[in-house]
Order: sequence, then structure tokens, then C-alpha cells
Amino acid sequence: MSDITLGGPPPAPRVEEHHEHHHPFLQHHFEDLGQQHEASTLGMWMFLATEILFFGGVLAAYWVYRVTYPEAWAIGAAQQIWWLGAINTIVLIISSLTMALAVRNAQMGRRMGTVYMLIATLFFGSIFLGVKMYEYTKHWQEGLFPGAAFHWNEVPALAPKVQLFMTFYWCLTGLHALHMIIGAGLLIWFIWRAWKGHFGPEYYGPVEIMGLYWHFVDIVWIFLFPFLYLIHGAHHG
Amino acid sequence: MSSLTLHDVRFVEPETTRNYITHDYGALSWLLTKDHKRIAILYLISITALFILGGFFAVVMRIELLTPEGDLLTSDTYNKFFTLHGIVMIFFFLIPSIPAVLGNFLLPLMLGAKDLAFPKINLLSWYLYIIAAVMGLYIIITGGVDTGWTFYTPFSTQYSNTHVFGVTFAAFIVGFSSILTGLNFLVTIHRMRAPGLTWFRLPLFVWAMYATSIVQLLATPVLAITLVMLMFERVVHVGIFDPALGGDPLLFQHMFWFYSHPAVYIMILPAMGVASEVVAAFTRKKIFGYTFVAYSSLAIAFLGFLVWAHHMFVAGISVYSAMIFSFLSYFVAVPSAIKVFNWTATLYRASVALMTPMLYILGFIGLFTIGGVTGLFLAAIGLDVHVTDTYFVVAHFHYVMVGGAVMAYMAGLHYWWPKITGRMYPEWWARLAALLVFAGFNLTFFPQFVLGYLGMPRRYHAYAPEFQVLNVMSTAGASVLAVGYALPLCYLLWSLWYGRPAGPNPWGAVGLEWATTSPPPMENFHETPVVTWDAYDYPAMMKAMGETQNV
Amino acid sequence: MMLSDFPLWPEQASTVAPGVDALMTFMCIVCGGVSVITFFVIFILAIKYRRTPENQLAQDYEPPKALEAAWIIIPFLIFMFMFVWGSWLYFRIQRVPDNAIDIYATGKQWMWKFQHASGQREINTLHVPVGRPIRITMASEDVIHSLFFPVFRVKADVLPNRYKTMWFQATKTGRFHIFCAEYCGTLHSGMIGWVEVMEPVDYQKWLAGGAEGSLASQGEKLFQKYACNTCHTNDATGRGPVLLGLYGTTVTLSNNATVTADENYIRESILNPQAKVVKGFAPVMPTFQGQVSEDDLLKLVSYVHSLGTQKTAVVPVETPSSKATSAGSPLKPGAGIPPQKDKGATP
Repeated sequence: MSDITLGGPPPAPRVEEHHEHHHPFLQHHFEDLGQQHEASTLGMWMFLATEILFFGGVLAAYWVYRVTYPEAWAIGAAQQIWWLGAINTIVLIISSLTMALAVRNAQMGRRMGTVYMLIATLFFGSIFLGVKMYEYTKHWQEGLFPGAAFHWNEVPALAPKVQLFMTFYWCLTGLHALHMIIGAGLLIWFIWRAWKGHFGPEYYGPVEIMGLYWHFVDIVWIFLFPFLYLIHGAHHG
Repeated sequence: MSSLTLHDVRFVEPETTRNYITHDYGALSWLLTKDHKRIAILYLISITALFILGGFFAVVMRIELLTPEGDLLTSDTYNKFFTLHGIVMIFFFLIPSIPAVLGNFLLPLMLGAKDLAFPKINLLSWYLYIIAAVMGLYIIITGGVDTGWTFYTPFSTQYSNTHVFGVTFAAFIVGFSSILTGLNFLVTIHRMRAPGLTWFRLPLFVWAMYATSIVQLLATPVLAITLVMLMFERVVHVGIFDPALGGDPLLFQHMFWFYSHPAVYIMILPAMGVASEVVAAFTRKKIFGYTFVAYSSLAIAFLGFLVWAHHMFVAGISVYSAMIFSFLSYFVAVPSAIKVFNWTATLYRASVALMTPMLYILGFIGLFTIGGVTGLFLAAIGLDVHVTDTYFVVAHFHYVMVGGAVMAYMAGLHYWWPKITGRMYPEWWARLAALLVFAGFNLTFFPQFVLGYLGMPRRYHAYAPEFQVLNVMSTAGASVLAVGYALPLCYLLWSLWYGRPAGPNPWGAVGLEWATTSPPPMENFHETPVVTWDAYDYPAMMKAMGETQNV
Repeated sequence: MMLSDFPLWPEQASTVAPGVDALMTFMCIVCGGVSVITFFVIFILAIKYRRTPENQLAQDYEPPKALEAAWIIIPFLIFMFMFVWGSWLYFRIQRVPDNAIDIYATGKQWMWKFQHASGQREINTLHVPVGRPIRITMASEDVIHSLFFPVFRVKADVLPNRYKTMWFQATKTGRFHIFCAEYCGTLHSGMIGWVEVMEPVDYQKWLAGGAEGSLASQGEKLFQKYACNTCHTNDATGRGPVLLGLYGTTVTLSNNATVTADENYIRESILNPQAKVVKGFAPVMPTFQGQVSEDDLLKLVSYVHSLGTQKTAVVPVETPSSKATSAGSPLKPGAGIPPQKDKGATP
């Protein structure tokens, strides 16, 4: 048939060009750490693109109804505690700072610096989640969870539309909180890895990617805060 | 540094190397594999099983439609059958098929890489698929769902008494399988091409997979969030999409079709990629207008995001909205036309071998052309008003999805079968099956164009008596089609034990995948190739080999 | 079964049907023709250049690149022609002629209810006169349906909580199919009926058979039954706006937005009065959501319509905050197209 065998034994395995010792975290399908880093980073950016479309979809639906029911939307936003949202915004921004510092520390090879900054990020993230839990509890008690438990009735004619607003509120902040919880879990894992000394100047990619994810979750909140808390104008809830 | 070039072809004896199949044994070595080739096989088995399930629903429906009365199934059961046929075929067969089976297997080989960028995520993709499939199977057994695969509200949220939540959750999960596959392919193509393999030396299959992956990555999340909101409304009874509670059913349709139209390009772009490969191999020529074909894949992916509301011309969108979407829908037809004409031009002064893959692809070109031009009919709004929601649409999408995507999948399966398994399939049985599929397909679906124009609506359990003759023809065709699909199931399985062993390059084709053994070793190549030749550089290859291939 | 029971082309029974069939025929010829030519070329080339022992390798020849330009530009031009024709036909299908007879339709699982303006009610059958434009205003009581008349070549989705219109003018008498064309549940394929197109004389005779009184007069009875007249008096002393002469005029709302008083506006004001409060009036009207059935709503709307049927092309004053908000706001009249009743919250 068409076998074009030219005989001879299989050629010897390729010798590594770089004379680095085999890095323990180099995955074998990559040529070198550089390729692995570039691939991982590109992968995270692509994943974040899907997240933009994911949140974007529900934000688009939110906007359609905002344009349709502006009064109900303003009332809904007025039910939120704006200064708690503002605190959460500041907390998240600080956590992004500590995350960026963690990446920097990893790049510089400072083991405990990385650990401390990751712990700080986790700390601020937890404050965010705690405040959210408080808000959620309060909303539940005020009858602001959509469905059978909804018994908010200050403006009866608009109640169904306010319920719709709250549906979006819970969907948006719930999805965001879910992403934060996942991020917190990942942070715990990274704190352990950093403490074990896995990261250094030639291998800090994972921390950088964690940072990308964390910053993205932060940016989503930067959109959610004005949309859900601030659109009612000057009067505070 | 030694490197593998076409002018210095070295192959290893099959016996002296272990390939990816014989590398290690045991169920766990397959179920926990990270090798892209083994994952492709896992997908192959899974989607074949689900194709048979989806086909079962179709066969029973066609038997019911032999008579105008609804006398075989109850209305509810029939409605569940067409719903499940759509869900299974679209989400669990067509969308994964070429990418997850052929793409997974071939992409690293075509790029000269050892694996995809994220092998563990690749395995995760398969497990997400399986979890969703098991969930779906459970729902089918415990009562199914009857909303149509399109889940229009408020029927799906407030009126249906079936497992809407469960099936939308399963669709949600399988969507992530699709997203992760797309992500993996994109990063692999960007970052793991062999040295010298520049973008315009890539095989057109890689271009097609690139475009497909963009669509998978960006469109599927919108479906995911739409389904999340649907599930929320179903459980909590708020009116996101229910007009009685202030919501808008058209918002659901817009969000649903924003994904589901690009989804059809997820299904057809890989098929077009296979077509380019098979046409090049069986004409021994570079595809005419390579650059245009490459760019047209990207154009289809981009334009495909802009046309979704052509599914909603009579749904209540404004006149001006309808015109814009009609105009853009005509736009997206242009790159597809380019490909068809370019494949045809490739045949000129070529060396055309009518082996089974080529027969399937010639069938693909013909049937995709018919399906595609009937899309033009639907894009004309004044005509769409009459034929939308009728069997005309059913015929249109079966022509592009079955006559198009499934035929190309069969072509690709046969073309790369020797590479994947190391065996040749029996050529004459395969040609017979291809002809049966072609004939059966046309007999099944061409009458449906006529039925649609006559006014027979879709999703009808019982129909007006004057439609019967055409329905009987359609069912007759379906039985031929079923035989045509059953044959490969038998002889491909048979070939695993008794097929003629294939060498590394049984077709005499140009491509990196043919420069390694059949089946390939676990790490694909014993040394990373360095690419110095253009795509489909047949003249150079033939000179290097110094002999002609008598295929 | 005879071969004559085997139709391959539907009858033409409306004024737009020939136009739709003409476009269809054009598409079949052009697309079919191009496809057949392509297949023929493939067939010829595949045989002429088949692989033989002498022809193992393709010849090193590339067809001219100008071909590429040709089969991009020419198909594009043909597609644009199809787009224009299809759009022109679509405008014809959408634009309701002025002297149309009004029919009101309700779709519900799994039947069609038709009501004539003079009061006749029909289920799953629709009697219409030949040669007159018929405008159907329709809504659904539950899920999305679609009203489809194959021989007229028209269909439109029927939505819950929103009125839509479609129209046709029948050109021959006879009995023709009505189908529901949007899947709506168990008996979707049973949600069918017949349209009976009659000579005008016969139609008048048929109409006279109904004794219930016109839709509008039934609506007047409901207007009193629900005590609408206690607030909506015919002078300025009432708590609610005067409805005499209201239909078709431009109304200014409390937020200074303007809206045209059409069927959707009236319907919304009954079900959700707080959505649009007229300027100068207090928001005290109670909602009748849940108390008034879809049939009764049609009668009330018909009655208010009958109180003032001015359809002048009034160009409303553009105020800074004027914008069309919730369901049913039509395009501003004067744009050259009759008020559209099927604009929803989404474009």
C-alpha cells in the first residue's frame, strides 16, 4: 500500500533547548513555561468573555424593563440601602488592590507577601459577602423576595413591576455572589499553594489568572451598584 | 536540531510503537484520560448513542404521520416526541458532533501539537455532556417535556405540566460543555501551532473550527442566562417573560434566538471545514480561493450574530426591525455561496477520486445548497409570512442540518476513520450507504417543502387529509434514510476487527495528521514538526514522495 | 384516494396571494436554476477530471481570481433584489386599507373565537364577505398562538395581553382552512377551523341572523354594569376623563408624555389604570384586572371606539419627556403608515 516507511529506528526524543531543570508545574503538552503561561492567560481572558456575555444577557433584560417601567425601577432601587452598597463597592475595590499586590509579590518571589495579600483579598471578599447576607436577610423580612414570599405593598399598583425589579436584583446579585464564593474558594486554595512556595518569578501565572478573575468579578459589581442602588435619583431609600 | 519536514518524511513501523489505543488498558484509563484522541472516542460513542435516541423519536413521528388522524400516539406524547427529537438532536448530537469528535481528535494533529491547551478541561467537557445526557434521559423516562425545543413562553413557564425545569437545566449544563470545547480550541489554535505553521498555512478545517469556537464561546452564555431566567420564572412564578405579570414573551424569543441562530452556524461551520479537507484530498488540489474560504468562515461567524430576529418576523416585531434583519440575513448568505462556488472550482483540472468521503461531500454540497437557498426564501419577509411555522421551515433546516451537517460528519468520519482506528472501512458498502442516505434524505424532506407551501403547519400531530400523499412519501424516504444510517453503524464496527489495516496515509493526502502513524501514538508526533510548506501543497508533496499514489 | 386529491400548490384566494406566489415562483426559478447549474457543473467536472492512472495529480492551474469577484458580487445583487421584493410585499401585507371591516378574534387553548362588530360570535368558523378588506384585531387568553390562512398567504402570532392586527381581502368565495401555526400545547393541531367567504349579499343575510346586538352595544351594557359611567361622565364634572370623542386623539399624560388613544391604550387603562394617568386627573381609577374577561374587554373597547372614531393623522406635540413607553404605543401617526397596534416593549 502506501506506507512510506524509510526504515530505521524511531528518532531519539527531542532534547530540551532550554537548560532549565524540568519545572514541576510544566504540563507536558506544552513546549515550555512561557507557552503554558500564555495559553493559560489567554484561556482566562476567553472565559471572562463568556462571563461578559452571561451577565450581559441578564443586564440587557434588566434594561429593557427599566425603559418600560421606569417608576417601578426607581422605587425598587429606593428599597436598597445605598450606603451598604457603597461600602461594598469600596471593599471590593480594596480587595482588587490586595489581589494585584498578591500578583506582584508572586512575581517578585516574596512567598509570605503573596500569602498575606491573598489572605487580605479573602478578608475583604468575605466582608462583601457578609454585608450581602445582611442585606438579603433584611430584604427577605421586608417581603422583597419575588414569588410567594413577596408581600411588599407600599405602592400596590406598581407591586408586580417592583417584584420584577427585585427578581433582577436577586438574579444579578445572586449570580455575582456565587462568583465571589467560587472566587473565595479558589483564594483559599491559592493561599495554601503560595504558602507551600509554588509561585515564583518563573511561575506566577496561576496567581495572575486568579487576579484576572477577581478583577472581573469586581468590575461586574461596579456595574451592578449604580444599576441596582443608585438609579432612583436624589431621594434615598 | 532534527525536525520533521515533508521533504524528509520519516514514519515509524506500526509494530515498534504503541498508539493511543494500545497505550494502556482498562476502563479507568479511558474514563480518566487526558488525551484528546481518547476523549474524541468517548464523545464518538456518546453522540452515536444519542443520535440513535433522537432518530428513534423521528421514526415514530414519521410513522404517526402516515395517516392524517392522530391514531398512533396521544397528542401529548407526540408533542413530547418532537420536543425531545429537537433537544436531543440539536444539543446532544449536532452541536458536539464534528467539534467534539473530529475537532478534538484532529486539531492537535493538524497543528503539530501534543494535545489541546487544556486537556483536563477537555475531559471536563465530556463529563458535563454525560451528566446533562443522563439528566435528560432521566427526564425522558419520567415523562419528558412538551414545549418544543424552543421553550416559548408563557407556555413553558406557566402552562406546560412537564419537566421543563429539568430539561432546561440539562441544556444549561451541556451548554457549558460546548463553551469549554470552544475555549480550548481557540487557545490551542492561538498558542500551540508548530513552528512555521503560520495562519495562512493552516488547513481550512482549522479555520472553520476557529470560527465555530468563537461562536460557541460568545453565543452559548446568552442561552445559559436565558435558561436561568426561564428556570427562575418556572419555579418562583415571577413575570420575567409572562405578560400577565408584566413581562414580555418577545423578550424571551429575542434572547433565545440570539443564541440559537448562531448555534446553527456552530453546526454548519465545522461541516464546511470537513468539506474543504475532503475536497482538497480527493482532488489533490489546494482549495480554490483558500484565503476567501478562510475569511468567509469568520464572516459567517460574525454575521451570524446579527440576524436572529428573522425567526420572529410574524411574532410582533416592528416593520423596520423586520427589514433590517431581512437585509442582514441576505448578507450572511454571501460567504456561504463563496464556499460552494470555490469548492466547485477546485474540481477544475483536478484529479477527482469518488471515494466514499468525496461522495458524502458532493452530496453535502448539493443538499447544503438547496437548504441554503431555501433560507433565502425565508429571508424574504413577504414570503416568510406565508411559510414560517410550516413544514417549509422544517424542510429547510433539515436540508442544512441533516443533508448538510450530518452528511459532512459522515464524510469526515469515513475520511479520518483510518487515522483514528488504523483500519479501512469496506468501500463498496460505504458507497452504498452514502447513496441510500442521499436518496432517502431527498425523498423524506423534499416533499416537506411542498407541504409547507400548501400550508401544513409544523408540530402538527394530526393534519388535513389532502396532505397525506406527501406525508406518506416523506415517511417512505425516512425508512430508506434509516437503513442508510444503520449500515455504517454495522460496517464501521465490523472494520474495527476485520477492516484492512491502513497505513499512515491511505488517501495520499497532504496534512500533518497524515504524517504520523494510523492510529497515532499517544504524543501524536515523536518530534515536533517544523512546517515549511503551504496548506494543501500537493505539487511539493508529490515531488518529495517521488511516486504516485494509486488510490 | 384519487390523484386529484393531491394538491401541489395552494389556491390563491386573496389580493396578496398572487404577489406572494409570484415571488415564490421567482425564487424557485432563480435558486433552483442556480442550484441545478452548480450540480451540473460539479457532475461534469467530477467525471471529466476523474482520477485515472494517468491523472493522479491535479494540474497546476488556478482559475482566474476574477471569478471570485463575480460570484460574490452577482449573488449579492440578486440577494438585494430578493430583499427589496420581499420587503415591498411585506409592506403590502402589513398596511391595512382604510375601509376594512373589523373582526375581533381571541385565541385560546384550543379554539378560535371570532366576533363581528355587529355582534355575531363564531367559534372556529369565520364568515367574511368576498372583495372587502377584513381587519382582524386579536389577542390570546393564554399562550402564544398564530392565526394562519394558507389560501390568503397571511399569518400573524396572537399574543397574550396585547392586541395585534392582520388583514386580508378575499378574492373568491369558498371554504378554506384556518390553522393555528404556533405550538400551543396538547391540541395545537386541533386548533383549526374554516373561513367561509361569501358573496356580500349572502354575508349580509348571515349577519342579520345574529340577534345579540352589536359588540359596541353589548359594551355599553358592560360600561354601566361595571359603573364606569359614575366617573367617566360626558362632561368635565366627572372624576375620570370624558370618553366621548376620545378614540384616535392624542392624550397628554401626567408625566407630560403623549399617547394615542387606540385599542391597546383603552385596554391597558381598564386593566392597569396607573400605567398611564391623564394629565389633570388623580390616579384613583381602580383596576379591573381579573374581573373583566377577554370577551368583555373586547366589547368595552369596541364601545369606547364607537364613542368617537376620529382617525385623523394628528401629529402630536413633541414634549421634552415624550416617549412611547409600555405595551401598545403605536408609531406616531403622520409617518405615512397607519397606527401600528402591535408594538411591544421590545423592538
